[in-house]
Amino acid sequence: MSSNTANQTLRTRYSAEVKDILQRYPDDQKRSAVMPLLFLSQKEGLQATVSVMSEIAQILDISITQVASIVGFYTLYYAHSGGKNRIQICTDLPCALRGADDFADKVCEKLGVKLGETTEDGEFTVESVMCLAACDKAPMFQVQNGDGITYHERQTISDVQAVIEQLGNVEIDKSPEGAE
Amino acid sequence: MTEYLLLRHRNRGEENIADLDTYLSLGGFEAYEKVVTTMTPQEVIDIVKASGLRGRGGAGFPTGLKWSFLSDRFPRYVVANSDESEPGTFKDREIMEHNPFQFLEGLMICAYAAQAEVAYNYCRGEFWELTQVLESKVRQLNDRGLLGRRVFDTDYSLQINHHLGAGAYICGEESALLESIEGKLGQPRLKPPFPADRGLYQLPTVVNNTETLTNVPLIISRGPEWYKSIGTEKSCGPKIMCLSGHAKHPGNYETPLGITFRELIFDLAGGIRDDKALKAIMPSGASAPFLPASDEVLDTPLTYEDIPKIGSQLGSASIILLDETVDISWAALKTMKFFEHESCGKCTPCREGTYWMYHLLGRINSDKAEQADVDLLGEVAQQVVGKCLCPLGDFATSAVFSGIELFQNDFNSHIPDAVNGADNPNKNK
Repeated sequence: MSSNTANQTLRTRYSAEVKDILQRYPDDQKRSAVMPLLFLSQKEGLQATVSVMSEIAQILDISITQVASIVGFYTLYYAHSGGKNRIQICTDLPCALRGADDFADKVCEKLGVKLGETTEDGEFTVESVMCLAACDKAPMFQVQNGDGITYHERQTISDVQAVIEQLGNVEIDKSPEGAE
Repeated sequence: MTEYLLLRHRNRGEENIADLDTYLSLGGFEAYEKVVTTMTPQEVIDIVKASGLRGRGGAGFPTGLKWSFLSDRFPRYVVANSDESEPGTFKDREIMEHNPFQFLEGLMICAYAAQAEVAYNYCRGEFWELTQVLESKVRQLNDRGLLGRRVFDTDYSLQINHHLGAGAYICGEESALLESIEGKLGQPRLKPPFPADRGLYQLPTVVNNTETLTNVPLIISRGPEWYKSIGTEKSCGPKIMCLSGHAKHPGNYETPLGITFRELIFDLAGGIRDDKALKAIMPSGASAPFLPASDEVLDTPLTYEDIPKIGSQLGSASIILLDETVDISWAALKTMKFFEHESCGKCTPCREGTYWMYHLLGRINSDKAEQADVDLLGEVAQQVVGKCLCPLGDFATSAVFSGIELFQNDFNSHIPDAVNGADNPNKNK
């Protein structure tokens, strides 16, 4: 983890993206780039490791504590590892009025986990989350993984089944580069 | 309404206006060109002021007035607030997905009026795919010379950047949003100073909601008098009403401000799902008090001035309908779970108060409460309201105060030895 190569992951693997992110903000306000850089790092997996946070701190000339505080505050960054795919079901009031809690239970049943847990193969974590601005299309969930975040709206259990199977297959067929 | 003004993609017979050439062929960016090439920033501000446009993000503050407050320092910034996170709100997303250029044009006009050469569009992190699309739209505008250096061969230059949030409701509060762009925790600032004086990077900044900005090109092209003719005297223009919960046909409804709840719910949205009776309305998502489904409420116009008269707020018009099967103490619990999770933790009354109100509501909902717990719930809410830097704490108490006041039976029915209000004709009517 402390080796040079591991420390240079973002700058070496994503040099164009890092440069693009930095130029969105004034030169003397580099700290602004902490959130997009954390998102960029999540292409490698949904966990902000010490080496990732350390590299971001170096790039932005801030302390690793300042990076870690962002990871802790914002829910789409993760201090701990979870499933490769996070199935995040909105169970906030508007969705709950249209059956989201039942739906979440059924998704959990399908995957054999409880809310907040990860499947044994490490593929999926199922979570209940706050409003995702899709209240008229409940039940709905988003999937967060290394490719970003995708919405799935007006869902039935068989729709979820299809999404789960597809994500599982994508994982098996995935090239080493992790290309989309 | 015969013509959609904000959800213009819904107008029949029109092509895909999310396509730049189509948008341009319909007169797109003519308002932007007009202001940049023929008007002073002050003239733009005066037109927006005269239109009566008020902020659509929830506060309803007059937009032109907000622009006129900018301190006389440079550089300045303009930020679109596309954080859209209030439970029950999903309008900005539809605008940006289907009518993105009208929104971007509004943002660009606002930037010119503010003489800002950099604008940010702050999108909630969950709008990941949408933001990628918007970034490509901005690249198209750069390629066409509508953004970039010296647009229309004037001295004015403008660039638009996107900044993604990462799952924090509080970043919809404008000062927390600015902190978030600065790479800090999304926690509200003490105000004053307001963003117009010390905003992004402590520089003069305008923050406007996505829907607000989407109105601006129309105001420029058709004039403030035309705009004022829509809606009511104090609530001008079209508004997207987000209808969710037990509506038969939930969704976005664009109407003039001033339509009544009854017209929206029963004439436009087909009434209540399964033809059940409507019990309560939350007119502004999780943040404003419940309203009972009385005739007085149903006949109230959806305006900034009328809804406060019946005890709630229009907010961003995120209208959640609750039918007769809903236990209001459960709805309050769901609401409190949201605020307990989303409190940023900066102010003690909100951080601790939402935690304890959530646990008290949980106890009530699991039938383990005593009357003292309901009383304590009200007392805790009293200790939160008016004691925090931003309105989140106040918002969290809305469902508690109004729930207990209007639907006391829904709380008492969980308490074995409570004096049941069922015999009291004034309760739960």
